[in-house]
Amino acid sequence: MRKIFSIFLTAATLSLAGCGYNTFQTTDEQIKASWAEVLNQYQRRADLIPNLISTVKGESKFEQDTLTKVVEARSKATAIQATPELVNDPAAFQRFQQAQGQLSGALSRLLVVSENYPNLKANQAFRDLQAQLEGTENRITVARNRYIKSVQDYNVTIRSFPSNLTAMVFGYKEKANFTVENEKEISRPPTVSFDSPAAAPVNAASGATK
Amino acid sequence: MTFAGTANRWFRAIGLSLALLAPWTAGAQVAVPALLGHVTDQTGTLTPAQQSTLEQTLTAFEAKKGSQIAVLIVPTTAPEEIEQFALRVAERWKLGRKKADDGAILVVAKNDRTLRIEVGYGLEGALSDISSKRIISETITPRFKQSDYFGGIEAGVAQIIRVVDGEPLPAPSNRQTEGNQDFRQFVPFLFIVALGVGGMLRSTFGKVPGALITGAVVSALAWFVIGTFFLSGLAGLGALLFTLLGSGRMQPGIGGWGGGGRGGYGGGGGGFSGGGGGFGGGGASGRW
Repeated sequence: MRKIFSIFLTAATLSLAGCGYNTFQTTDEQIKASWAEVLNQYQRRADLIPNLISTVKGESKFEQDTLTKVVEARSKATAIQATPELVNDPAAFQRFQQAQGQLSGALSRLLVVSENYPNLKANQAFRDLQAQLEGTENRITVARNRYIKSVQDYNVTIRSFPSNLTAMVFGYKEKANFTVENEKEISRPPTVSFDSPAAAPVNAASGATK
Repeated sequence: MTFAGTANRWFRAIGLSLALLAPWTAGAQVAVPALLGHVTDQTGTLTPAQQSTLEQTLTAFEAKKGSQIAVLIVPTTAPEEIEQFALRVAERWKLGRKKADDGAILVVAKNDRTLRIEVGYGLEGALSDISSKRIISETITPRFKQSDYFGGIEAGVAQIIRVVDGEPLPAPSNRQTEGNQDFRQFVPFLFIVALGVGGMLRSTFGKVPGALITGAVVSALAWFVIGTFFLSGLAGLGALLFTLLGSGRMQPGIGGWGGGGRGGYGGGGGGFSGGGGGFGGGGASGRW
């Protein structure tokens, strides 16, 4: 009797391991965790921006246009309710990603422009903020990479045999992953011109708002 | 035709295998060097004496505080940025203790003239982006600009140590974790002993005495191996119960259960190895 039971138990465990059900659970949790980390880092960036704005405002002649773009992009990015369920909704995911991408563009533009203001560059508070922003951008990159990898694991499990059958039974769907928003623009070779100094920033700005 | 066909096929096979290797070769990323000590210099910038000075400083700090700090000097990180390379190194080396995540790496790419302090999760509070940036721009790069590489690294490391020292971290306790790892390594072995010996003893002495003897043998063995009385007692008790409850014929049982051996725990030997700390891209970069 005990023998039959143990054989049954072994078979059940083996079949569970074989159908990939447990892999789905593991990778799904992995995705949740790495997505939470992505959100965490985006939030950290959003929290840094008010300080940055107030520091930059101290520089009286700073380009207002650049500044307002950052403020707008931040409010747009934080307006999107970033929930864990966002991962399962490709359209919302796309919107969220776009808003954060815009904020990245506006911020990097602001940091580039700030190079023209020697007072600002000498300001210790600004330099600290810059270091924090750089660090956060790097953390965002790392978090996004880890998210991409965990989604990849999950999607591979969904598409490979025999776990795809399990996915079908339980209705698991492929999850949305990060993509580059301006794919076409990147594949085009960049035009570098030294003719007018205004040309480069305009390009950067249009790239940022894409 | 036959020769040409064979040659052609061979060429194709070679081409295919090269193509399969492409992800490793075409990227041509700088390989992460093996972790042999706290200081790794691939450029020959530091003299052996300087290297051992740094090594001593960092080893002493690890013994005192528990956190692992390493220095890595490479010629270049191209085609990657130093941030990506440093993270790859961090993910490979896993410096810092497992739960504390208290590792940090100072990466210098000499020909690129870039450097980075990569900070583990547990040290991000003390060695924040701001303080890493300040260490880089105020302590290290001024010396690097005058080609005083050892001076810059030594002062930078001293600064990092000072910052990390102020952080409350769990006390260094390497012995404990090592003991546990040893124990886990021997679990499958003890299991098999319990199965084999237990089965034999049961058939010769009868159910209860056999189980008792097995339990005693296993716990004695475990005590020799682990050195912890409590754990060895636990192992013995497990063996006793197992033998007592196990079915009469042991041979088929072994086949069913024996497959549970764990993979080897890398690390351990070799003097210095990462403790499993996690990194999330914290820290700062700079150039000179």
